[in-house]
Amino acid sequence: MANRRLAPAAEQPESFAFTPENAAWVKGQIAKYPEGRQASAVIPLLWRAQEQNGGWLPQKAIEAVAAELGMPAIRVLEVATFYTMFALEPVGRYWIQVCGTVPCDSCGARELKDMLHERLGPSGHVDPTGTFSWLEVECLGACCNAPMVQINQDYYEDLTPELLGKLMDDLAAGRPVKVGSQIDRNASEPLGGPNTLTDPTLYDGSRVGAWRKRFEEARKDEAAGQDEATSSEQQAATNPKPARPDAGRPVETAASDAPAQRAAAGEAPVKSGDKAEASETEHSTAGKSEAPASQPTAIKDLEPAGAEAGAQSSLPRDVPPPQPIASGEEEASEPAPDAESPKLPKGRARPKPANKPERT
Amino acid sequence: MLSDQDRIFTNLYGLHSPGLDAAKKRGAWDGTKFLLEMGRDWIIEEMKASGLRGRGGAGFPTGLKWSFMPKKSDGRPHYLVVNADESEPGTCKDREIMRHDPHLLIEGCLLASFAMGAHACYVYIRGEYVAEKHALQKAVDEAYEARLVGQDNLHGYPFDIYVHHGAGAYICGEETALIESLEGKKGMPRLKPPFPANMGLYGCPTTVNNVESIAVAGTILRRGGAWFAGLGGKNNTGSKLFCVSGHVNKPCNVEEELGITFRELVDKYCGGMRGGWDNLLCSIPGGSSVPLVPAEQIIDAKMDFDTLRGLGSGLGTAAVIVLDKSTDIVEAITRISYFYKHESCGQCTPCREGTGWMWRVLTRMAKGRAQKREIDMLFEVTKQIEGHTICALGDAAAWPVQGLIKHFRPEIEKRIDRYTANPHTDPVPMAAE
Repeated sequence: MANRRLAPAAEQPESFAFTPENAAWVKGQIAKYPEGRQASAVIPLLWRAQEQNGGWLPQKAIEAVAAELGMPAIRVLEVATFYTMFALEPVGRYWIQVCGTVPCDSCGARELKDMLHERLGPSGHVDPTGTFSWLEVECLGACCNAPMVQINQDYYEDLTPELLGKLMDDLAAGRPVKVGSQIDRNASEPLGGPNTLTDPTLYDGSRVGAWRKRFEEARKDEAAGQDEATSSEQQAATNPKPARPDAGRPVETAASDAPAQRAAAGEAPVKSGDKAEASETEHSTAGKSEAPASQPTAIKDLEPAGAEAGAQSSLPRDVPPPQPIASGEEEASEPAPDAESPKLPKGRARPKPANKPERT
Repeated sequence: MLSDQDRIFTNLYGLHSPGLDAAKKRGAWDGTKFLLEMGRDWIIEEMKASGLRGRGGAGFPTGLKWSFMPKKSDGRPHYLVVNADESEPGTCKDREIMRHDPHLLIEGCLLASFAMGAHACYVYIRGEYVAEKHALQKAVDEAYEARLVGQDNLHGYPFDIYVHHGAGAYICGEETALIESLEGKKGMPRLKPPFPANMGLYGCPTTVNNVESIAVAGTILRRGGAWFAGLGGKNNTGSKLFCVSGHVNKPCNVEEELGITFRELVDKYCGGMRGGWDNLLCSIPGGSSVPLVPAEQIIDAKMDFDTLRGLGSGLGTAAVIVLDKSTDIVEAITRISYFYKHESCGQCTPCREGTGWMWRVLTRMAKGRAQKREIDMLFEVTKQIEGHTICALGDAAAWPVQGLIKHFRPEIEKRIDRYTANPHTDPVPMAAE
């Protein structure tokens, strides 16, 4: 945390008001945020106020912004003191911020600081001509171009003390300067030019739309898949395969009795309700014998405890839910609980008794 | 080596125009309407299939993050907030995207917003990036002009994008602090839950994504999640911008597959190690927040999330800071400590007090003016800070110090020995200050 205070009263201007231009700009900024959320514009407004006031933020400007946004002045002051880019004391015409964090520090930011110290005195003070002031700041995010400084709003990168000195001379004399890298280098490319991104087809527009092939192929595959499905369905209906291969003898029944075939012949499918009604229960073997009936019941009772453990809630919460295990493994390790429960088909998920905690 | 055809950021070095026409030629805004018509679920599924992990440092799967947003609005608007508050020391990749390939970002914003049902997107740029703010704003204006975004755009999905800028606070890179800042308050992180996906900007469902995570979305959707997942390794898929800084011959930004080895990265793109490989001392592979990795461990390590985590460090933002043997490593970590002291928001006591304490002790240790038992005490203090704060800044401040003690303890002890070997009139202070 940085300890930040407003400039002493002697340095504070008596009033602050946005210029008409800036006032119009302010309206535009506020419109970016939803109704009633105009406080969001506080940082952009303070920023513009700082620009208008020659690079630093006086108390009156903070109050003006508060009035503009309908915020309590203390809330705006809070913001102004929290964010380190708001200079609360006067700065030079050229405010030099030297990045001093590790990547720059390891690439020569210390020499820059020494040079500035020698030339301008301690940081945070405006030089007697009012031209320069400097400050060491934290990472400015141009680490591949270390060391670098920000002067007012522009980045100057790949510096040496000599280059920075020359840059300052040029600025002070009003000569044009080059923003960005101060050596022969584009942005953050490796010095001497990149060995990547050299393929000209990346830039001539020939790749535009090439990716659509993927979707077209997928669509074609899909369509082809559909064709196959429809044709096999149709074949089943109109030209059904024989139920069993003929053994050279004349076949009595022409073909299988496939549902698709019946549907094609215009027959309505038999509903299961009608089927049940039509069946003769008296002569049926189903439901008469005791033994086979008990098995489905047992499975039905047991199933929720195992296979559908997630859906039932009668288990105690502190006991881990029983895990279904393959019956083969179960038989080998724990034969005892098997004795009473009905035998289930091999390989079927088998529940364990609910009250038995899981092995860990 | 990643082929040029598989690179997403084809104007990384700004050798071509960032304008709309040139960007379209490079493949931005190509069939965006078609992608939107594939539907919200398809976009999210495709992003999940790509295995893209957030590029802002934490590495959380982006598709999954998008799927956390409510499927249907309960009357509150949804927001997408793009985190362009790039301030992790060593990181300078989002800057290149915003000034050289801004249309990839804007298109990504539209796609991501559509996938999350958001009709407004705020891009929060760090205050220092003035030129980048202007560049992005220019591109946004172009997109409005061409009716690619806006209330009545060609894509038939009302969408507004706003560029907002901060004023120099590292903490605003933390998603909830960023939201606070965007609401016009001090950037102090919020307690979670509620998570931003339920209650974020203005109390509405919000997703905060890094610039790079959003900017790659368009290309991933066009070429397919499977294409992206085919780059890199399992669970560490895709390509990534690496920012190599420090003591290499040619520091630069470069896009490469995750899983490239450190040696390959430096040799192929950065002109090799300054003074040869024997001169490597250590590397901080993911921005200043991650612990350093000494030379013998990093040199052939794969640069991906899981390998670096296995080395007790992390990929972070892939900001690879390379340090050679001329570096005073104790001082370098002290400088990092100073950074965290400077950037702590002051909300949680362990961080507010601890970062300053660590910095003061390290400053003495760098000169040898300390007791050896203070090394253990310092380590213990880092453990007290780590995990005891609202946001991860406390952890980020503690880890570099832990990395230093873990790998360079003999160096600190040597300094203490050297200092105490000579007579000094002032007593060696103790850490109880």
